[in-house]
Amino acid sequence: MVFLAEHFVRAPQWTWYILFYFFFAGLAGGAYVLGTLLRLSGDPRDEHASKLGYYVALPALVLCPILLTADLGASWSRFWHMLIDVTPGETSPILHYWSPMSTGAWALLIFGVFAFVSAADAWLADRRGAPLLPPAVGRVIGIAGSLFALFIASYTGVLLSVSNQPVWSDTWTLGGLFLASGLSGAAALITLLVRYRSEAVVSLARLRVADGYFSILELVLLVAFFITVALAGEATRIVSWFPLWIVALVGIVASLLGVRRPARAPVTGETAAAPLAIEATVVSVLVLVAVLAMRAAVIFSAQ
Amino acid sequence: MAQSIQAGQSYGFFTDTSVCIGCKACEVACKEWNQLQGDSPAFLADSFDNTGSLDAQNWRHVQFVEHVPDESATAGNGTAWLMMSDVCKHCKHASCMEVCPTGAIIRTEFDTVFIQQDVCNGCRNCIAACPYSVIGMNQQTGTAHKCTLCYDRLQGGLEPACAKACPTQSIQFGPLADLQKAADVRLATLHSQGQTQAQLYGRDESVYGGLNAFFLLMDKPETYGLPNADNARLPSRNDAGGYLAALVTGVLAVVAGLVAFRRRVTR
Repeated sequence: MVFLAEHFVRAPQWTWYILFYFFFAGLAGGAYVLGTLLRLSGDPRDEHASKLGYYVALPALVLCPILLTADLGASWSRFWHMLIDVTPGETSPILHYWSPMSTGAWALLIFGVFAFVSAADAWLADRRGAPLLPPAVGRVIGIAGSLFALFIASYTGVLLSVSNQPVWSDTWTLGGLFLASGLSGAAALITLLVRYRSEAVVSLARLRVADGYFSILELVLLVAFFITVALAGEATRIVSWFPLWIVALVGIVASLLGVRRPARAPVTGETAAAPLAIEATVVSVLVLVAVLAMRAAVIFSAQ
Repeated sequence: MAQSIQAGQSYGFFTDTSVCIGCKACEVACKEWNQLQGDSPAFLADSFDNTGSLDAQNWRHVQFVEHVPDESATAGNGTAWLMMSDVCKHCKHASCMEVCPTGAIIRTEFDTVFIQQDVCNGCRNCIAACPYSVIGMNQQTGTAHKCTLCYDRLQGGLEPACAKACPTQSIQFGPLADLQKAADVRLATLHSQGQTQAQLYGRDESVYGGLNAFFLLMDKPETYGLPNADNARLPSRNDAGGYLAALVTGVLAVVAGLVAFRRRVTR
């Protein structure tokens, strides 16, 4: 039996702040995970790309609470009510594990500490020539931080689903979809930043390969998203945002095509890197635009 | 109200739509007592319902369900109009309360659902969750507003303003058990009169564990914009599936990343 969902709910009017929060949360989480994975690759030369990941994760993450606080209807000074229940006479920390907004607020706080420590360690390593933390400790922090990074990049999708909104609550795919797209976007962002750190170019071709894997995951989840929403009888709501979906698909396809032509020349010098950079730049920009467009399409299709 | 209102007991509304005459006295009484300014005047022009919907300024909303035929109705087929004074349902298992991250939404000592204005920070998660479109944002305070079931009046031993003002007893206030008994009697009466379409909504646990503000309807719930028992589901139903999909994606992505980045160090 096909179950058709009926919704009589009001839209929460989450718009631009939240869209960009979802965007930067995906990039921050994705970049941190990639920074850690690159560090675990077994090749010390990947350290440069790894540091780019940590460097970009921190500012992207710092934007997140700012955007969230700006979106609050009440005074910005009540942002901490997400963490502390201020009910008179019963003031205490609050964590409702079944409410993604509650777990997300804590995860942002904890991930913020990891993102800061890893970025600071990378910066100190660049300044002093050696990291402050022993490499093993740096790795453990990176792995622990990556668990929170994966959560930050994905829970925003689950948050949308844990509601009674049409489209959002009709699918189980959004958490995975946002995670895959966040990782893909982060790979694209690191690729773009390689121009500012030419030593990182050795990791570039494999970043494209990783992006390809992430894009395959994203494509599979996107198909599952369309199927689940259509089965709930809400397909028309998604179709009306069809231009945004096209932009999102272009990014995925560009990323997959970009992988099909990996760097043939040994990428060691500036001259070898140059032709790769143009193609990689185009692909990366398309991927980043797609990350934003996909989130916009999901957010707007319910409201 | 002969008996006094006591903390620790469950209170609610029984809204009997079969006797609602659409006078909107409940809307006015609610606004007066709760000092709601109302939305800026608009002319909806497609109905005698000019309120539109429940929101931050409208905590009672007399909904007009109109099936006015093009030709004049013959005597006795008076189903062209259905009227229902809608209100927050004060669900036993409340979607709004479930998702609220701040603990602003609580159950009071009268077993009603109440938004603490000094705790709410305006995140609007409750608006995304409420399946009845009850909650709205108050533009002055930037916080979520809805029916309080006249929490302040109950504390003072008074019945809610809307029930007090209702001239037809379409809105009845009282201890939940008493209301449920009254509703059963009323339903039996209507059925015995041949009004077989009459049904109770939220009287039993099939809808959000039971509604403290429940209804007698003269048509199926969807006609009034109320989700039926199949559709009345809590937001947390999607926690497990959502996180599981994220977890599987995360594991696959990490493995994919490790495979992509793995390299033998060539010397």
